[in-house]
Amino acid sequence: MAYLPNEVSGPVPNDADRMFWHYCQQHELRFQQCGSCRRFRHPPTPVCPYCRSFEIVWVRAPDTGAVFSFTIVHHPAHPAMKAVVPYNIVVVDFPACDHVRLVSNLIDVPPQEIRIGMEVMLAWETAGNGLLVPRFKRKQPG
Amino acid sequence: MGNHAQQACIVGIGETAYTRWGQMSERGEWSLACEAVLKAVDDAGLTIDLVEGLASFSNDSSLPWLMQQALGLPNLGFTSMVWGGGGSGTCGALAHAAMAVETGQAQYVTVFRSLCQGPGHRYGQAGGYNELPHLNFMVPFGMFSPPLMIAPLVQRYIYEFGAKPEHFGEVALACRDNAQRNPRAVMYGRPLTMEDYLNARMIAEPLRLLDCCQENDGSSAVIVTTLERARDLKQKPIRILAAAQGGAAGWGDGALGSHNMPIHEYGAGNGATLARRLYERVGITAADIDTVQIYDHFTGCVLMTLENFGFCGRGEGGPFVADGNIRWPYGQFPINTSGGHLSEAYIHGLNLVVEGVRQLRGESTSQVKDAELCLVTAGMSASPMSAAILGV
Repeated sequence: MAYLPNEVSGPVPNDADRMFWHYCQQHELRFQQCGSCRRFRHPPTPVCPYCRSFEIVWVRAPDTGAVFSFTIVHHPAHPAMKAVVPYNIVVVDFPACDHVRLVSNLIDVPPQEIRIGMEVMLAWETAGNGLLVPRFKRKQPG
Repeated sequence: MGNHAQQACIVGIGETAYTRWGQMSERGEWSLACEAVLKAVDDAGLTIDLVEGLASFSNDSSLPWLMQQALGLPNLGFTSMVWGGGGSGTCGALAHAAMAVETGQAQYVTVFRSLCQGPGHRYGQAGGYNELPHLNFMVPFGMFSPPLMIAPLVQRYIYEFGAKPEHFGEVALACRDNAQRNPRAVMYGRPLTMEDYLNARMIAEPLRLLDCCQENDGSSAVIVTTLERARDLKQKPIRILAAAQGGAAGWGDGALGSHNMPIHEYGAGNGATLARRLYERVGITAADIDTVQIYDHFTGCVLMTLENFGFCGRGEGGPFVADGNIRWPYGQFPINTSGGHLSEAYIHGLNLVVEGVRQLRGESTSQVKDAELCLVTAGMSASPMSAAILGV
């Protein structure tokens, strides 16, 4: 069973992020990198905000990142969340990719054990609409 | 600066009653908007026929042609909408109105905002912010509503600077205390203790219930014209010394997006460049400000705003408020003297502009003695945010 209930909307790919989700369906986390200045960026944009090049390379991200910040949600802002609160939302940082960040969830860590700085690794889950989305679990030592 | 004939001023303020969300939804936002505008016109000693311009923000539902029809405006010559979420555009709309009167686009412009947060339209629930650009990177992970978007910023702020729950509580208490002197405030007659604050339920850690502003029904409006015209009117004109929008670099995907704002500003907020620009324009510093109406959607954002706008150093917001600096009447910079969003009402910042005007007229229920300069901020954490400096 996925970390969040099926009633939570899955991603609906749009012109800007279609390729991101395309790679996710192959269990690949890839971020946009500028084909000219090589800076990473996320979420996807049509133009590099640093050098304004339209050249895009989709580069495979490391399987691990670090918790940059987080919240433990107690209030069910969506009716389907009543059954799952408290749940966590984490902001995962990828230092090797110019610190691009993903908002996601940590699926195997109790709320009181989540810490800023803890290392996490990718764990693919299926959203309610059948699309794979990147979530995370605790990185095991070694 | 500020004394020339074309200087833009606020000459009228109007408000409906403010209620808890849902209590005026049968009446609707359009009706409330009309009431606030008509009251502002009356306050100014004008007739509605003279209003030639409409300015609003946050995609207000009372569209200009609806307002033109309902109010019977004979000479509608200027309309403007500041794009985007929440109250980030409040002072942006004020800036548009000021530019319109200063350049002769219109003689009298009203800035208004109307909100009825009936079922299905609550900002605190999923779906209240459908226009956000990066929902695919937020909603599938349960980041549905503003408290959930802001909580990680405050978490990081605490991590970096060591702020204590009582620091955030002091912001909530200061606003609530001011509301006890303001009969218009929704939280009038409901005093708050630190114990109440600390015992309130968690919404999204570290945000407790009373760290989050209210959701309300109501409407606010102001009338803007030039200093030259203002001299013939009923009220003391309150000058818009500076009003501007400011989108700090890299915040296009900030807290209300996928949290990829510049990493070193993540827990610090996005107002510093706007603050510098405003102060330079007026030729003052934070120390010159007498009272501050801060966009208090969340207590943590108030601390960040105090830092961004130079009232204290980065990371010093907690101890700064704990020392009593934001309290009326003895603090150096009394904030949100009507109770703010936390305790008066959440009208997306326009009621903060109204309170700023009241302060400079000397009519606040928590009057700052001899107040001459008031800073109003709007929508920290969204981009572009906005702010204004008002003066007598």
